Amino acid sequence: MSLLEIKNIINKENLVYSKTKVVTDNVMHYCPGCSHGVVHKIIAEVIDEMDIQDKTIGISPVGCSVLAYNYLDIDWQQAAHGRAPALATAAKRLMPNHYVFTYQGDGDLASIGTAEIMHACNRGENITVIFINNAIYGMTGGQMAPTTLLGMRTSTSPEGRSVDLHGYPLKITELIAQLPGAAYVTRQSVHTPATVRKAKKAIRKGFENQDKKIGISFIEIVSTCPSGWKISPVESNKWMEEHMFKLYPPGDIKDSEKADEDPYKK
Amino acid sequence: MGELKLRKGNEAIAEAAIRFGCDGYFGYPITPQSEILETLMVRKPWETTGMVVLQAESEVAAINMIYGGASCGKRVMTTSSSPGISLMLEGVSYLAGAELPCLIVNVVRGGPGLGTIQPSQADYFQATKGGGHGDYQLIVLAPASVQEMHDFVGLGFDLAFKYRIPSLILTDGVIGQMMEKVIVADQEPRWTDEQIQEISGEWATTGKTKDREQNIATSLILEAEEMEKHNHKLQAKYREIEKNDVRYEEFETEDAEYLMVAYGSSARICQKSVEIAREKGIKLGLLRPITVWPFPTIRLAELANQVKGMLSVEMSAGQMVYDVKLAINGKIPVEHFGRVGGMVPSPGEVFEAFEKLILGGK
Ligand SMILES: Cc1ncc(C[n+]2csc(CCOP(=O)(O)OP(=O)(O)O)c2C)c(N)n1
Repeated sequence: MSLLEIKNIINKENLVYSKTKVVTDNVMHYCPGCSHGVVHKIIAEVIDEMDIQDKTIGISPVGCSVLAYNYLDIDWQQAAHGRAPALATAAKRLMPNHYVFTYQGDGDLASIGTAEIMHACNRGENITVIFINNAIYGMTGGQMAPTTLLGMRTSTSPEGRSVDLHGYPLKITELIAQLPGAAYVTRQSVHTPATVRKAKKAIRKGFENQDKKIGISFIEIVSTCPSGWKISPVESNKWMEEHMFKLYPPGDIKDSEKADEDPYKK
Repeated sequence: MGELKLRKGNEAIAEAAIRFGCDGYFGYPITPQSEILETLMVRKPWETTGMVVLQAESEVAAINMIYGGASCGKRVMTTSSSPGISLMLEGVSYLAGAELPCLIVNVVRGGPGLGTIQPSQADYFQATKGGGHGDYQLIVLAPASVQEMHDFVGLGFDLAFKYRIPSLILTDGVIGQMMEKVIVADQEPRWTDEQIQEISGEWATTGKTKDREQNIATSLILEAEEMEKHNHKLQAKYREIEKNDVRYEEFETEDAEYLMVAYGSSARICQKSVEIAREKGIKLGLLRPITVWPFPTIRLAELANQVKGMLSVEMSAGQMVYDVKLAINGKIPVEHFGRVGGMVPSPGEVFEAFEKLILGGK
């Protein structure tokens, strides 16, 4: 007789993992190897662990994650392209005891929505921003994003991004870290179990910061887009480490509570 | 009840916002309506009623703040003038699509482009035909006095929540800037969380509790069959509004043989023109649409059986005149008179135009 019979494996006491109830049973539309699904899951786990499902408002962007509301069982507002921080600003100011977060891609946040994210950060809105940087426009079929690397081929930079034609990749997270209203600015990834755990900790901290009312928490997740990049999921992870991390190195960029490095804040 | 005050139209809007229990105002400065945000910042309603007031970084941000606040079931409003409203229109279309109630004010100035800061009514098409992309309507209220500037803030919110639709106050630099007597309403309390649950709990994003499904504020429906159904639902709502909430005022129409049609500040001017005509023994009347959408189509069609000609008077190159013509359907002559680009006609000028365009043809 084996120690753990098949019929016992599914017993509750033998469970080692179960899906958080904040994730719905809907089948995700994301492509294989895309980071969106993983990030959704860890946000849901944070919401579950903090027990704030009934107090959390998500703001979904226009981009591949426009349908995020199908996957996280919370109340959502679906924003116009780039404007999620404006929605979040009002929602949080009108319901200050709720947890409000935006979930935005790089086209949404760093191109069309640059003004809204800059000003929400600068006002120090007590919200959490999850910024998915996959260096490409996923939803519309792989066009160049503001974060696209030099030399990177996309459908609108078919010969590779060049400075002459397209300008430089935008390190918007570093820009945001300059703003006194930004309390916590960090860059993470979710391509290995270890990085998933770290990213989850960062997201949790971002949500907890809303209790402390210390300003915006901005969490960039350097992400993969195998369909847009036109390489396999495994190759995508490697390519991300080799190329994306050079320009977008993971790690904390600013943690006001700890360092209080804002000259204007005092 | 109420207090008698002397106020600018714009100040009356700000004061009414506080008094009618508005939860949040989000706006960006632009002439001729900056007094609204300025008045609110002086009044500091966050210290009294708890109303949130924020100067947004742009009109684009402001209207999307409205979307965020309206989604929470809150009574939120923004105000702007023509170029700013143009910037907002993507957001207005989203609000209409997601069926979110809110109040928008356009204190119209002369265009096109940066135009002039002088008053105009040239944004009529934009206001009454939706404005942004897609098949949608706004409820459009056209105040003709400072009192109505005040009153329509309350009415605008009431209608917005009655139908889950954005209401728009379409006014202009004349009414925004002029001072008049106004009776200011008594302070109404802001809605409590419990009231919001009662009124909007079915759809407002107030946090998903265990006893209900998710609430999602969205205008996205990818399947065409479903999107068509949603459009039909919106259209049915618009037909309902046309049935129930057309508002207009008549002046000297009982025995009228001719009619002027004018809204907002033009109606104030036409009132004088009617007096001039009556002094000369000409039986002229005035119909003033109060809602320019829904438009008083049925009443105008009735009046077409009574009068011999109509003159649509607007500070535009002729926009409302199309709605008048549609209502009259060719039965009697309909003409347009207007000044454009920020010019305001005098009552005498309007009367002369009436003589030439309507009486002259006889
Ligand atoms: C005003 C407006 N402009 C353009 C679009 C088209 N559009 C939809 S998604 C998108 C880009 C999204 O890319 P990103 O934010 O990087 O998110 P991803 O899809 O990669 O997750 C664009 C340009 C739109 N919906 N609205």
